[in-house]
Amino acid sequence: MMTNPTGRVTQGQFSFLPDLTDDEIRLQIEYGLRKGYAWSVEYTDDPHPRNTYWEMFGMPMFDLKDAAGVMMELAQCRKTFPNHYIRLMAFDSMRGVESIAMSFIVNRPKNEPGFGLARHEVEGRCIQYKVHSYATDKPEGERYSG
Amino acid sequence: MSTPLYSIPGTAPAASAPEAAAPAAGARTVNEVLAQSQVEAVMDELDRDLIGLAPVKQRIRDIAALLVIDKLRASLGLAADGKHSAPSLHMCFTGNPGTGKTTVALRIAEILHRLGYVRKGHVVSVTRDDLVGQYIGHTAPKTKEVLKRAMGGVLFIDEAYYLYRPENERDYGQEAIEILLQVMENNRDDLVVILAGYKDRMDTFFKSNPGMSSRIAHHIDFPDYSSGELLQIAERMLQAQHYRFGEGAHEAFAQYLQRRMQQPHFANARSVRNALDRARLRAASRLFADRDRVLTEADLTTLMPADILASRVFQAPAS
Repeated sequence: MMTNPTGRVTQGQFSFLPDLTDDEIRLQIEYGLRKGYAWSVEYTDDPHPRNTYWEMFGMPMFDLKDAAGVMMELAQCRKTFPNHYIRLMAFDSMRGVESIAMSFIVNRPKNEPGFGLARHEVEGRCIQYKVHSYATDKPEGERYSG
Repeated sequence: MSTPLYSIPGTAPAASAPEAAAPAAGARTVNEVLAQSQVEAVMDELDRDLIGLAPVKQRIRDIAALLVIDKLRASLGLAADGKHSAPSLHMCFTGNPGTGKTTVALRIAEILHRLGYVRKGHVVSVTRDDLVGQYIGHTAPKTKEVLKRAMGGVLFIDEAYYLYRPENERDYGQEAIEILLQVMENNRDDLVVILAGYKDRMDTFFKSNPGMSSRIAHHIDFPDYSSGELLQIAERMLQAQHYRFGEGAHEAFAQYLQRRMQQPHFANARSVRNALDRARLRAASRLFADRDRVLTEADLTTLMPADILASRVFQAPAS
């Protein structure tokens, strides 16, 4: 069985769709701003499903009125990390919610090797499974360079 | 990035952003643009609500006219090449305190919003403290945060000359200016920057920052108000607060203005507002002293000459 049939990491919103264009991203940001969310940009080179906390690129952006500010930050992040995963996250500060309301990937490395399933045999012939990212075989900064 | 294979609701206007965002798509006459953008209403309001400032109003009308004509040119496909088609709208307001710079900035934002030159039309008002950090590496994120907040609207920098402090060569203000310049140039269609401050100090500021001066298209000078205009302003303010001048109070206030204008630190409309606030205080104490009197509506809304003549300005004519 192929573990990575599409050759793409599928995390967050819209990840089964083709990559969003900048105009589409802008529309999503506008939607979030209308809802009162605070956007932030994050990046990583280790997209393991359990890697919840990616690196923050700058501070979360509060009190924005227009998507241009987020797009400017995103452009800067893409310039700095062209071969990393970059995602936009919208924080909903409403009382009782106070968590991430939207999150989607806006930048991917050119080739995504995906994940392998490793099996460990333990006592009593029990099998433990582990999801392993091929990219993390290389040291940080050299992943996705090929 | 790949082109989508599906249609997204809401992309139709976004795809043709330059024309569709403008309210005047397809308009052929000035009147059509004005009717579609309702900018005339804002300009009339400007004329009606703000007293004096004739050169400022004229200049704003000129700018609005240029923008309307630009809209018409754009609808005929006569606009300049793509990226630099947006005219530079950054402005500099110079004038003494209390001459209405902030008020006019709010109106300008409204006009630009109606004409579709800024997308959201809000005004972010900042001073040096909001832009310049306190230690190395603090300034850039701080300035960028403010710029990001102002995008889609107008960034109003009050007393902008404080950004540049020539006496301290390690001052972080220069860093803020550089970021500001970069964004003013590259994100011209995202935000409009308005600098404000005293005339002479802004002139020195521009002299030491020629890059800033050349990126600002409109230098607007706010003249001081005449005493007649200040009196009108005072009456407007009182009206808005449901007060009025009693018998002789109008003349007393005119006298007050004559004297106050000679004194240092006269801040035009702001001084008028402060004077009226103090007169209201005195009127309140005058009514408060008379505990058994039944106060009518007229008593509660009228400023008497005594309330104004009790001012410090009248007590020391010699100094």
